[in-house]
Amino acid sequence: MNRLAYDDVVLAAPHSVPYIRYSNDPAHYWAAKGLKGTLDAAGLRPDQIDGFSVASFTLFPDSAVGLTQHLGLCPRWLDNIPMGGASGIVALRRAARAVQAGDADIVACVGADTNQIDSFRKLLTAFSRFAMDASYPYGAGGPNANFALITDRYMAEYGATREDFGHIAVAQRANALRNPDALMKTPLTLEQYIAARPVADPIALFDCVMPCAGAEAFLVMREDEAQRRGLPFARIDATIERHNAFPDDPVQLRGGWAMDVDQLWQMADCAPSDMDLVQTYDDYPVISVMQFEDLGFCAKGEGAAFLRARDLTITGDLPHNTNGGQLSAGQAGAAGGYIGLVEAIRQVTRTAGPTQVGDASRALVSGFGMINYDRGVCSAAAVLTGGAS
Amino acid sequence: MTDPLQPPPKKNPQVRSPLAHLPPVPRSRAALGLTARAAEGRFALQQCADCGAVQYPPRDACRVCLSTDLPWRDQPPMGALIAETTIRISPDLYFRDRMPWRMGTVRLASGVSVLCHLHGDVRKGPVRLILRLDRAGQGVIMALPEQEGPDMADDPQLRELGADPKHRRVLITDARAPTTRALVRALLDAGAATVFVGEAEPWRRWPGRDALAAMDRVEIVPLDLTDSASVREAAGTLGGKTDILINNAAFLRPGGLLERSDTVFAQQELEVNYLGLMRLAQGFGPMMHARGGDGVNSAAAWVNILSAHALAADPAHAGYSAASAAALSLTQSLRAEMRGGGVRVMTVLTGPPDDEWHAEIPPPKVAPRALARALVDGLQRGLEEVACGDVARDLVERWQRDAKVLERELAEGAGR
Amino acid sequence: MTALQTLAAALATGAVEVVDLTHTLDPDFPVIVLPPEFGQCARFRMEEVSAYDHRGPSWKWHNISMSEHTGTHFDAPVHWITGRDRPNSAVDEIAPENFVGPVCVIDCSQGAAEDEDFELTPDIIAEWEGIHGRIPADSWVLMRTDWSKRRGAEYLNLREDGAHSPGPTPEAMRILVHDRHIRGFGTETVGTDAGQGMHYTPPFPAHHTLHGAGRYGLQCLAGLDRLPPTGAMLLAAPLKIRNGTGSPLRVLALVPGKDAT
Repeated sequence: MNRLAYDDVVLAAPHSVPYIRYSNDPAHYWAAKGLKGTLDAAGLRPDQIDGFSVASFTLFPDSAVGLTQHLGLCPRWLDNIPMGGASGIVALRRAARAVQAGDADIVACVGADTNQIDSFRKLLTAFSRFAMDASYPYGAGGPNANFALITDRYMAEYGATREDFGHIAVAQRANALRNPDALMKTPLTLEQYIAARPVADPIALFDCVMPCAGAEAFLVMREDEAQRRGLPFARIDATIERHNAFPDDPVQLRGGWAMDVDQLWQMADCAPSDMDLVQTYDDYPVISVMQFEDLGFCAKGEGAAFLRARDLTITGDLPHNTNGGQLSAGQAGAAGGYIGLVEAIRQVTRTAGPTQVGDASRALVSGFGMINYDRGVCSAAAVLTGGAS
Repeated sequence: MTDPLQPPPKKNPQVRSPLAHLPPVPRSRAALGLTARAAEGRFALQQCADCGAVQYPPRDACRVCLSTDLPWRDQPPMGALIAETTIRISPDLYFRDRMPWRMGTVRLASGVSVLCHLHGDVRKGPVRLILRLDRAGQGVIMALPEQEGPDMADDPQLRELGADPKHRRVLITDARAPTTRALVRALLDAGAATVFVGEAEPWRRWPGRDALAAMDRVEIVPLDLTDSASVREAAGTLGGKTDILINNAAFLRPGGLLERSDTVFAQQELEVNYLGLMRLAQGFGPMMHARGGDGVNSAAAWVNILSAHALAADPAHAGYSAASAAALSLTQSLRAEMRGGGVRVMTVLTGPPDDEWHAEIPPPKVAPRALARALVDGLQRGLEEVACGDVARDLVERWQRDAKVLERELAEGAGR
Repeated sequence: MTALQTLAAALATGAVEVVDLTHTLDPDFPVIVLPPEFGQCARFRMEEVSAYDHRGPSWKWHNISMSEHTGTHFDAPVHWITGRDRPNSAVDEIAPENFVGPVCVIDCSQGAAEDEDFELTPDIIAEWEGIHGRIPADSWVLMRTDWSKRRGAEYLNLREDGAHSPGPTPEAMRILVHDRHIRGFGTETVGTDAGQGMHYTPPFPAHHTLHGAGRYGLQCLAGLDRLPPTGAMLLAAPLKIRNGTGSPLRVLALVPGKDAT
């Protein structure tokens, strides 16, 4: 059965709370900042939303439930998305269907996390049961070690080089220099990338994101609601979501996108080449390469060559992670699952300011989350188109 | 090739002794199954009883058919290293002290991928996996080269997964025990730096003392497990340089419960086998606990040699079985407390030794050399439980299968 | 002056001195060793209960344990099979006047130094009496060997054929007990009998004869070289243990002071 189109459901009021490296404030503070930001952008009061979706690693012992009372919300539809890097797109999918079905009129989607001194270590220690049992005790490298293994295997299998990954990181840094809220503020050369301090071979410093505190948020509503409020909006052309794909692959060299990519483009009724920009989930460059492959931009194993031949900066032929992505803007926990999506909404609504890609109207956003043991389990993607207000 | 481990330099008295950080401790209940198998020295993974699929990481339901019947089964330990990394930065204090740290992904023929520690000689390709206890006492998997190499045990990551006597100082608590001579020899052969041997009641002469005292790297020291003051003094003298403590003291007199109308032997059995262990633990335990991170010759292991009848009583040795059971129980508590210091506690369960107190028991019996070999092997592999001798292995197996049935079997012939 | 006033004065002036004939109760002090299938004499043991600490803030004390026959100790008649039916044969039944009395010391130290199995024989008794007079009835007789100065394994002097230490012959014991009617017999060794005493007929003649006649034994005495052959007073009171066969002792002797006239 074909997927039901999202018809007149739209995304609006993207808001990014500027990231900071460490924060003494808890996740509740950041979630509130994110929510207020998106409501302000739409000119709404808290009591005017009736749906609320939250993604956060550091809310414990609370969840979305605790936040309703904490923030004084009274939604008739509530969601808590524990999917890390896939949480933005998954939130979008859930919220869009709720609005489409009339279970909610306006859903606020928020990804927020704090980063206190040592909270990253604590998060790693008990990230998941399999990680606690079978990954963290082996050197406690966290995701660096996991992605080192994936990168090592990818390089051996497909002949990709560190220069190929550096090409991605260097371009994103160039983009980040135009984003005043990016944590990284100095240019990065390929030489610097190659010479950087090794972290977990072959991963080095500039392959890694910087954990930080921050929040990202947007609203989901019907198109007429956005029109009525005069809000720029993005339409949802297609989305996919997949979990624990290809479990028998010895090492993860592909993600769940590869299972659903045909349906994605069929539903969107367009092709990768139609994209004005791409926002991949970029906690490490290797996973961005995989997304280009698995989402149909090139064949498996050819991602490095494909990207090497392209200019990934805002002004290039394939703008990628236009706000600098997590590699250069920072990774604010579960907000890292929102950063590309929120930036993509800004791009297709032409509200991205200094990082705006000239005439962007179509964007692919991809999410990837949760290294449960040896690989990321959740994958998701969405094609967005700018709507006229 | 592994570089041979060098003897540690003398300690710099102006430098604080390193703290015994532990690798990550938390585990799910299912993963503790891995720890339990490691404690026994097996390489076993969960395997679905219904569909046969091998599972990893440990879990509660089959990844193929959702069966919840996932017994632990020994697995072929061969696999292929398909991805590797050298971790150079970790927020964990234990690994931070030991950077860089190699780990990788090994694919087993059974279709599971295992993240594991890597021996320094391992390269991509075929490897042999071992399941061992790490310094936190948790089961972990490590890949070794397919072929044994010289000085392979000296690999720093592998050495963390055992309590190799090499360059370590060992205390054997009872010089007079029939096992002592063989233990000393085996430990010296394994590279122990010094073997201290405790002697109680020096006012009683005993054969073999002169020969033992004349051995190179052997020192006879006063130690009487039944005397709190003696243990305290010995701990005060030797506690700071006892890296491995082997408690081989035992007192037993054969006999059923109803044969005697007194508790004289039972008291002595408790004094030596149970309270002696407690005195040792209170004397030496704290200092060993504090030295678990002290470099090449850190405190590493505590070994109790106990009768396998600690598990299930031999009615013909009623008091001794009870005292052994008490000691086994105390050993478990000791293990729990020593874990924080990264010091292993190993139990060697033996069958009947070939001594005057088991004269009426038919063979097979445990020869001292066999015991010594099993004990040193257990130290090198970092085991928690070693059953030494056919009788002990048989008893442990029967006990694991059905303790009540074993009790009835052992009761045969008693009380006639 | 009464006799006690005189004694008090003599103690005060040093005309009478108090000598301690007791070994320190120490976990390392040897006890008799029997074949291992027999129950053994418990060694002295001491467990600290508290020491002005969390286990008892203002006080220090120990629990101690030992055999009735540990350290310097008293043997009551009931200790031996020959004495089991004697009246008043347990330590709690013995009349207290038996715990204080005159003492004769037979010096066998030179012989014991030359022969570890040195025997106290009737001849030696006769020789001693030739010098010091007949042993008075109801007096203690102590065999001085200076064995108490031995340390470690030299004390029990155990070898594969058993212990080797001096002691009395059966005939010597017969004379002391049945002819001289002594109150008891004491030694500096671990037992009243010789190390090889089991090979006599009867075995362990000191125990056999003494206790069969309702007399007492003292063993593991220390420093008998500080006693005169005669003229000292021995104080050896066992603990009042119900049905006790013996008891650790603090053995004291009153001896003429250096300035005694």
